[in-house]
Amino acid sequence: MPTSTQAAPAAANAQGTLRRILLQGRYETLGMISNGEQLVVAVVLPLMALFGLVFTDLLKDVAANPIDAAAPGVLALCVVSTAFTGQGIATGFDRRYGVLRFLSTTPLGRAGLIYGKVMAVLAVLFLQVLVIGGTALLLGWRPAPAGIGWALALLVLGAAAFTALGLLVAGTVRPEATLAITNLAWVLLAAVGGILFPSTRAPDYLQPIVDLLPSAALGDSLRAALITGTGSVSGILILLAWTLIAGFAATRWFKWN
Amino acid sequence: MIEDLLKDFGPVPALDGRMMRVLYGISLKADPGTVTTLLGSNGAGKSTTLGCAQGLLRPNGGTVRLLGEDPYGASPALRSRVGVMLQDGGLPPSLRPIPLLRHVASFYRRPADIDSLIERLGIDEFATTSIRRLSGGQKQRVALAAALAGNPEVAFLDEPSAGLDPQSRQVVFELIGELREAGMCIVLTTHLMEDAQRLSDYVYIIDEGRNVAQGTVSELTAHAAHEAPAQAVTFTAAAAMALPALPEHLTLAEATPGHYRLDGVRSPGDLAELTTWWTREDILPHALTMQPRTLEDVFLEIADKGNNAN
Repeated sequence: MPTSTQAAPAAANAQGTLRRILLQGRYETLGMISNGEQLVVAVVLPLMALFGLVFTDLLKDVAANPIDAAAPGVLALCVVSTAFTGQGIATGFDRRYGVLRFLSTTPLGRAGLIYGKVMAVLAVLFLQVLVIGGTALLLGWRPAPAGIGWALALLVLGAAAFTALGLLVAGTVRPEATLAITNLAWVLLAAVGGILFPSTRAPDYLQPIVDLLPSAALGDSLRAALITGTGSVSGILILLAWTLIAGFAATRWFKWN
Repeated sequence: MIEDLLKDFGPVPALDGRMMRVLYGISLKADPGTVTTLLGSNGAGKSTTLGCAQGLLRPNGGTVRLLGEDPYGASPALRSRVGVMLQDGGLPPSLRPIPLLRHVASFYRRPADIDSLIERLGIDEFATTSIRRLSGGQKQRVALAAALAGNPEVAFLDEPSAGLDPQSRQVVFELIGELREAGMCIVLTTHLMEDAQRLSDYVYIIDEGRNVAQGTVSELTAHAAHEAPAQAVTFTAAAAMALPALPEHLTLAEATPGHYRLDGVRSPGDLAELTTWWTREDILPHALTMQPRTLEDVFLEIADKGNNAN
């Protein structure tokens, strides 16, 4: 196609790739934070979890100060709620209504659509970290300074893994099923998947499974980093593996129609 | 331009998991500054053909070229020159129409004049309503504006007139006419003969995944007139007149009291049969029409042939 590839850029009417992705990211972010239910899941529920964990003795054996034990887990919960549950449900319904199909015919395209979603997840997560982290600091949270770099890497990698998982669910089942699966998974992972409580609290027979879950890798590693300042290479590797596997599976099986 | 397009869907559980072929070698071509229409009943394969042309579906055979390139997996540069209106809208339900249109337009370096599109299509009348709460016709207008937001060279419009009230239909038809004058290549689908007849420069009639007829509207109607003798004459006169004996190929009937219809007219002599009877009985009709052939007649004849062939 030598003639067409030469002709196309001359007549091209598309804005640059980065610009399109930023525009889509802003649009998706505004969509997420202007949606009432999503705000409840993104901010209100994590705040309730934070207060619940601080004012009970559920985490008393994890760290000397309850807020130090609670804050990392609640940040991990934010990752799952935004990247997996919120993003998955939104994508599932966008697919149902043909929004994905329509946008993939514009210059944005399929790749731009996905990168826009990733940007929106990171933007909302950033806001969540500000609100939850700020509240925790007011409640006396003192994260280990040595672990903050690790924690940021874990949050970004966790967002990548759960975004890929959310897209995989949203792209392969009906939106109603996506709604059920991602909400149920959110509750289960929060309770016994190593998000809010150390994964060692899970029942013994579940232990081998839980240890390999992205939720446990995220929750446990964040606690290690922010309580004692210890980095967890295995946690990083498990999240990386989930990102690659779910990303590959989503690329392979995502149905756009 | 599409040549010998094949498309299979499936695997289909009802066929023991085999693939179901929905397009059997569709070929068509659309030029700048023209309106090309795919006409066919529901399920004929119009939207599937468009899906392949837009790059949303991967064909199982044949070639598709959109502005000289393969639309499947097309570059952003190619997509920026093409506008798409999907049959089911493809609009996010929670948004209001105008922010959506501005967002879509922001992807283009040279977008259309969104304000004037909004005004032309009357979108400002329901600007504060979320897309979820719009009526079918209102959604159609927003989807049309979204397809045109990038000021495309090629516009694919799937059923652009579906669900529109007469006034919006008029506006949409005028707009399509102007865009054609401005040199846009417009490809649309419809199952309404009247729309095809009014809008199209060139019509492809599609039935069960195949091209069954093609041509300009006048070619299609003239061609069929030559082949098939189905002209009709209608007239009004006194009710319940005794009908004359006419040659076998002519059918005269009183459709409703006072309204008569003569079918099967193919020569001036056939009209003379009618006027001879009027002269003999001293009948002067109040009104008399010869119906020009419409695309609908062509379409019905083709469908008829298809059924007889089965």
